[in-house]
Amino acid sequence: MAKILTKNLNLWYSGFHALKGVNSSFEANRITAIIGPSGCGKSTLLRVFNRMNDLIDGVRMEGEVLIDDTNMLSPQADLVVLRKKVGMVFQRPNPFPLSIYENIVFGQKIHAQRVSRDQLDEIVETSLKSVLLWDELKDKLNESALRLSLEQKQRLCIARLIAVKPDVLLMDEPCSTLDPQATSRVEELMRELKNKYTIIIVTHNMQQAARVSDDTGFMLLGELIEFGRTQEIFTVPRDKRTEDYITGRYG
Amino acid sequence: MERHFDEELETLYKDILKMGVMAQEAIFKSIEALKNRDKHGAQEVINTDSKIDNLELLIDEKCIDLIARHQPMAKDLRFITTGMKINAELERIADLAVDISQRVLELVDKPILKPLIDIPKLSVIAQNMVHDAIDAFVKKDVDLAKKVVLSDSEADKLRDLVQDELINDYMAKDPSTAPRAVALLLIARHLERICDHTTNIAEDVIYMVQGKVIKHHLEKLD
Repeated sequence: MAKILTKNLNLWYSGFHALKGVNSSFEANRITAIIGPSGCGKSTLLRVFNRMNDLIDGVRMEGEVLIDDTNMLSPQADLVVLRKKVGMVFQRPNPFPLSIYENIVFGQKIHAQRVSRDQLDEIVETSLKSVLLWDELKDKLNESALRLSLEQKQRLCIARLIAVKPDVLLMDEPCSTLDPQATSRVEELMRELKNKYTIIIVTHNMQQAARVSDDTGFMLLGELIEFGRTQEIFTVPRDKRTEDYITGRYG
Repeated sequence: MERHFDEELETLYKDILKMGVMAQEAIFKSIEALKNRDKHGAQEVINTDSKIDNLELLIDEKCIDLIARHQPMAKDLRFITTGMKINAELERIADLAVDISQRVLELVDKPILKPLIDIPKLSVIAQNMVHDAIDAFVKKDVDLAKKVVLSDSEADKLRDLVQDELINDYMAKDPSTAPRAVALLLIARHLERICDHTTNIAEDVIYMVQGKVIKHHLEKLD
């Protein structure tokens, strides 16, 4: 069953039509990559899923975005619940200028009513274990998160999301600032995490999309041109525009 | 603007085509040597094989290099991986032409066993199939590739016919004919194997053009 469905989704930044009639379906426990040239709307589409675009002046949306059958574009949608359910990892890791421990429990303190110290300790341990950072950091939990390496910071940001028990992880170029080894380790982490979460990744790196994703969508000029199993998209794409892009002949 | 990668793909394409032409020539010359009882011609096919082997290695190396450096996708990926497979099939075809030539060398100094009728027919089928398969590769012609795939059963039937005749009419009746009959039987077998490898090439061409796998699934050949 689809975790996220978009139906005839249109988005305008003032006069600019950034998403044009996007119909898509993202399945649970799979990694879906969205690829396409700069400005094609892939990050915009990602940001629709947790209504991040609302922060931009002049944004207008039409259509439906159903997450677990609830339309997140309706005026009744609870954005606090939505953003707890749909977490986002950004291009540059953005830990808060707090300790490692405080970074992870930050969301808990906002969302949860009363949480005991023992419960918080357990959340920190579970979250760090799920991003494979616990063994490295268990003795440094009170140190500043800003002193971590880039890869550790990105993992910490993922742990911070996991702490509030989301269903969906949105990743916008999560490895673009990492070296190949760190990229490989984050990709392995994504494969681990997909057993529990729906993961959607936007990436410029086609090899990464081919390596890590189960499904791939190709976007061009605000349209979702083709969507399918990654193996098919990268070996036998149906649309010539997809083929031109992934074979490097676009433009 | 043409990319450097496109130039490299074009070179690879020409190399595979050259391999196809060399394999075709090897079959043609081996059959001519058989028909004309030409020891020199048969030896020439055997001597030329190392050139084909070297070209096979070169093509393989280029394919691996292109995959490693360019991480090709979609039609480029299908072309390069298919190119590697076609390359191996063509090398095997050329080896079979060498096998035929070796049988010719065994036969030329012995009396003629029988007039050759079905083996030349089989050789025409084999040569036409190889020609059409390479043409289908060059023109990306799926219909021609399908025609090649469907021709293979004809070759199988002719091979069976030659085999039955040589066993029942010659070897069973007069065991002293066995060395010559076995050599002819093997030639029919080599020609039929050439047709099998050519069928593989045609199936690979269909995958290269359409991304459709028909190997072991002839029902998909609509």
